[in-house]
Amino acid sequence: MRILVTVKHVPDLQSNRSFTDGTVTRTADDGSMNELDEHAVEAALQLVEAAGEGEVYALTVGGPDAIAAVRKALQLGAHHAIHVSDVGIAGSDVFGTAMIIAAAVRKLHAEAPLDMVVTGMAALDGLTSMLPTALAAELDWSQLTLASAVSVADGEATIERHLPDAHETVAASLPAVVSVTDEANKPRYPNFKLIMAARKAEVPVWTLADLGIDPALVGGDAARATVVEASERPPRENRRHVTDKGEGGRELAEFLIEKGLA
Amino acid sequence: MSTDTVAVLIEHRDGAVTPPSLEALTLARSLGTPIALWLGDAPAADAVAQLGEYGAAEVRVVGIGDDARLPAKAAAAIAAATEDAPVLVVISTFVTKEIATRLAVLNGAGVVVDAAGASRVDGHIETFQTVFAATWNVRTRIDADRAIVGVRPNTTQATPAESPGAATLTQVEATLPQTRERIVAVEPVDQGEGVPLAEAPVVVSGGRGTNGDYTLIEEFAGVLGGAVGASRDATDEGWISHEHMVGQTGTTVTPALYVACGISGAVHHRGGMQASGTIVAINMDPDAPIFEISDFGVVGSLFDVIPQAIETIKAHRGE
Ligand SMILES: Cc1cc2nc3c(=O)[nH]c(=O)nc-3n(C[C@H](O)[C@H](O)[C@H](O)COP(=O)(O)OP(=O)(O)OC[C@H]3O[C@@H](n4cnc5c(N)ncnc54)[C@H](O)[C@@H]3O)c2cc1C
Ligand SMILES: Cc1cc2nc3c(=O)[nH]c(=O)nc-3n(C[C@H](O)[C@H](O)[C@H](O)COP(=O)(O)OP(=O)(O)OC[C@H]3O[C@@H](n4cnc5c(N)ncnc54)[C@H](O)[C@@H]3O)c2cc1C
Repeated sequence: MRILVTVKHVPDLQSNRSFTDGTVTRTADDGSMNELDEHAVEAALQLVEAAGEGEVYALTVGGPDAIAAVRKALQLGAHHAIHVSDVGIAGSDVFGTAMIIAAAVRKLHAEAPLDMVVTGMAALDGLTSMLPTALAAELDWSQLTLASAVSVADGEATIERHLPDAHETVAASLPAVVSVTDEANKPRYPNFKLIMAARKAEVPVWTLADLGIDPALVGGDAARATVVEASERPPRENRRHVTDKGEGGRELAEFLIEKGLA
Repeated sequence: MSTDTVAVLIEHRDGAVTPPSLEALTLARSLGTPIALWLGDAPAADAVAQLGEYGAAEVRVVGIGDDARLPAKAAAAIAAATEDAPVLVVISTFVTKEIATRLAVLNGAGVVVDAAGASRVDGHIETFQTVFAATWNVRTRIDADRAIVGVRPNTTQATPAESPGAATLTQVEATLPQTRERIVAVEPVDQGEGVPLAEAPVVVSGGRGTNGDYTLIEEFAGVLGGAVGASRDATDEGWISHEHMVGQTGTTVTPALYVACGISGAVHHRGGMQASGTIVAINMDPDAPIFEISDFGVVGSLFDVIPQAIETIKAHRGE
């Protein structure tokens, strides 16, 4: 089993997230690996453990600070890390990002075949959940998305998928792009030895040139959609709070009636 | 592309058009001339009439059956039926996001999902959405020649067209690609009686504070005409099924009224409900983060507050 896991560096959920010139403000101080990608790393490690052999690569695409995301993946047990970084990447949309990740996957796949790419179900900043599908289409690999369980047998992967209207079981041949939800597993805690090793690990940096990507095809200029305005929402006005001293329910009902909501 | 045709992917259940589809058609009218796109068995006459009433000049049907569950096949079907439509509006769900992505890879469209609205500015489609757990407003311009907009339910008020015509019905033949993915089993989720969570105009959610008893939550939701939601802790405990989970990794909801009962308001939960119209919180802990975003908060026990609220509302209605 040779698996590549994608991990994204995102602003911390608890930090004051903001936009600068139409893109997300990204700093090393309050950024970290997308929490949901911990489940992707865990799923990959479990598949390798189940197969009894193999290795896990963690890959991130992003500016210099994004290296923190792959270091976190190494702490969790990924065996190798790759950081794709280039000034030309900034402002990429989902399709640009998918093109870059696909090129990196092909480069590794050419060295020795990969069986799978595992991603998180969503990046907690962009939250589009589109990347895994775009990547599968770009690579022309099987697409198995939103897996709450994944298994591999006889060159085929099978997933369980819990959609609002139905629970599906979907199977497809390898190689496949699999996205996993936070229901899929419980990520392990990093152990001390791995934390120390991750700190010192050499992480190769690949540029667009290394990947043979024409810079005109990615980045903000190539993006099919551009943020033209971003503003912080004003706080809610006229907020009212009461303490229940026996009348709280009635006060709530009166509020709802007055608002035409009940 | 010069035409102003705006295709709307209609969501239908048991042959009936869903309310978000009518909202999407209403939005599409403000962007150009809407046509309705229907994947599956041809709609009955009353569904066609309703689509016409909300402004669809034409209903295009691609009879792809269960293949619609595979995003690559659904995307190919839509591509075949929308060659002349530079804009496509879909209702933002996990499934339509995948279909939209596949379609965009085929036709080069720019995609924005989870939009709360859209307009045409200087010939481009611009969308409006909230991000970062609804703490920021963002306007996005789609620069590509084709645009796909995923709109969230409850963000446009559905209204019939002013001068609707009768919609014509057209069958479209599509050649679907072979896919490597194969659906081994589909087990429908029992949707219960009420409106699905994502579409509900009112959501009453219970968290750990319910201690596993959803009787009051269900009753309150019933009185307010809403759906029942839950926090992750509640679904993890097995108190209520996963389909009810509201939040960043569950269902994102934007109802006119959201009532959080015994929910602390963790950032993951807020990410899925903070864009709601009016937010009400009932919590014992005055420092619970949910009170930072609630329009009306009651510090107290849900077991005291909800029964009294129900009683007052019923008395007001003369019940
Ligand atoms: C607020 C906001 C709104 C946006 N809206 C749009 C939009 O409407 N249309 C559009 O085309 N683009 C949009 N983008 C850009 C888009 O987010 C990025 O291109 C991003 O890299 C991919 O999409 P995502 O973050 O939504 O990832 P998702 O599809 O939500 O992420 C799924 C998984 O993909 C992997 N992944 C995603 N990005 C990376 C990465 N850089 N490195 C490694 N792994 C990764 C992770 O494993 C992640 O769990 C938006 C970005 C932001 C911050
Ligand atoms: C990657 C990730 C994704 C996640 N995604 C989601 C998600 O999508 N949705 C989600 O909800 N969570 C999600 N979570 C979990 C989230 O972080 C919180 O743990 C969860 O929302 C807490 O649920 P709760 O509010 O019910 O419980 P608690 O935080 O334990 O809060 C219970 C509240 O009930 C109050 N209470 C107790 N008794 C009463 C009473 N009688 N009357 C009134 N109030 C009472 C307490 O004061 C307390 O504030 C996610 C977590 C992670 C790590």
